[in-house]
Amino acid sequence: MITIAGAGLAGLATAYELAKRGASVTIFEKARKPGENSVARFAGGMLAPYCERESAEEDVVRLGNQAADWWSQITSVTFRGTLVVAPPRDQAELTRFARRTSHFMEVDGHAISELEPVLTGRFKRGLYFAEEAHLDPRQALDALVTAVQSLGVEICFGISAPARVDLNCTATAASLPNLRAVRGEMAILHCPEVQLSRVVRLLHPRMPLYLVPRADGLFMIGGTMVESNSGSPPTLRSLTEMMSAAYAIHPVFAEASVVEIGAGLRPAFPDNLPRLIEHDGSLHLNGLYRHGFLLAPALAQQAAQHLLSEACI
Amino acid sequence: MQLYGTDISSRLLLGTAQYPSPAVLRAAIEASRAEVITLSLRRETVGGSGAGFWEFLKDSDCRILPNTAGCHSVQEAVVTAQMARELFGTDWIKLEVIGNSNTLQPDVFGLVEAARILCADGFKVFPYTTDDLVVGEKLLEAGCGLLMPWGAPIGSGQGLRNPDALRAMRAHFPDIPLIVDAGIGRPSDATRAMELGLDAVLLNTAVAKAGDPALMAQAMVQAIEAGWNGYIADPMDPRDMAVPSTPTLGMAELI
Repeated sequence: MITIAGAGLAGLATAYELAKRGASVTIFEKARKPGENSVARFAGGMLAPYCERESAEEDVVRLGNQAADWWSQITSVTFRGTLVVAPPRDQAELTRFARRTSHFMEVDGHAISELEPVLTGRFKRGLYFAEEAHLDPRQALDALVTAVQSLGVEICFGISAPARVDLNCTATAASLPNLRAVRGEMAILHCPEVQLSRVVRLLHPRMPLYLVPRADGLFMIGGTMVESNSGSPPTLRSLTEMMSAAYAIHPVFAEASVVEIGAGLRPAFPDNLPRLIEHDGSLHLNGLYRHGFLLAPALAQQAAQHLLSEACI
Repeated sequence: MQLYGTDISSRLLLGTAQYPSPAVLRAAIEASRAEVITLSLRRETVGGSGAGFWEFLKDSDCRILPNTAGCHSVQEAVVTAQMARELFGTDWIKLEVIGNSNTLQPDVFGLVEAARILCADGFKVFPYTTDDLVVGEKLLEAGCGLLMPWGAPIGSGQGLRNPDALRAMRAHFPDIPLIVDAGIGRPSDATRAMELGLDAVLLNTAVAKAGDPALMAQAMVQAIEAGWNGYIADPMDPRDMAVPSTPTLGMAELI
């Protein structure tokens, strides 16, 4: 039997890959309910390897470009791409973004209004990444719990893992050398007046924002990256900046209700790339940074292969 | 170059924000050969404890110059400076009091006031200021031992918007270290600042947002060295007429 500490994204995804290969798996999760302790519940749920390449290494594209297909076996994934826009005075940001990324089409105001009619007249230029997708993180986590349980994985909620497990997936709670926390803040807005079908990213030198549409008129906004391990609620400054950026995408957001605000701590290694490493007698899968949903599938496959090849010996 | 009595041989001071990752930042610091790196302090940072990023920078051999980036009032800047002193164990502080959030122009009135408070409290203040001579004088009166005039608005990469004002500053404050802070976009901007006789350049975005930050850091330090060497080598003055670069006397007579 293979034991895993942590029923967050990394632990669940690896359990899924192991169980599919016929292994028997037990997960220990300190929290009493699925997802309660997982930073993934604050995620945007963007499956956007090409956009991420703007500031991430090429590995993120290589490891992430199959993620949408992987997730669509488990939960509903919206294959509608990503639209990247910038306010008129920050066009230089758009030019720079285009230079650093690939797999996009340049779109003009007319094409933008065809993609997202609600944005008609608001932006003259944008980048459309047609191959990208997004999902609802909480729905996806729940679906993943159901999927692994139906494959026979046992998840022990409310129970701390024993000192030694086969795979440790406890994110920022793991004390690994060079692992740090990067804080991110988010809000969920209810704004049924706005109909958007895909992720919209607003480039801004101070406050880049992503706006992820969810079901029932809900939108998730996020984008802050703070080098801190403070898990306290979002600051007024971050919220102000995020909300005014949302307002810059469409003024109707002024009337949105703020349904929820939250902050999460993303585990990251110095190069912001995830790793499988041996430490203190356990294998660790950690450092998914802001790429949890994007990179968990590929890393889970690697972890499963590693654990099963060890088991053979 | 001496900054508050400390010998600093690198004339490039490097900011540590906005890099794609700490690993890239470390590579850029190494390539820049910077001895002083700036670091911004936010309340979130203090709220957490032992956050990895700061530990990571403390591990570098560089001297840390904490800054009060993003502070819009005197009180905010003073409190941030005091927290930075506690956290990083240094009395050096890069003082920013921002007057406008779109242009990130310094609020020079608040800046002078905050500088007075911090200098009296024993801080070694590095004030981010405009190229205004009178403001410079007031900052020195307040107790500052150096000045950091902007080249252009922070992060704009416009280069030196007003080189004449910087030249005037050099002439007006011949013995005060002058560091161009903000606005540098390309290596040639940094060279130009050094050719004007300024003592050093502080930059961040130009390196952090380059496609290859480490290579840009190397280009910047080379540009700064070139500009400085050019300045102290006492360059020739431009002339309207040509001067032959080969001797005209004693030419062979071709009969």
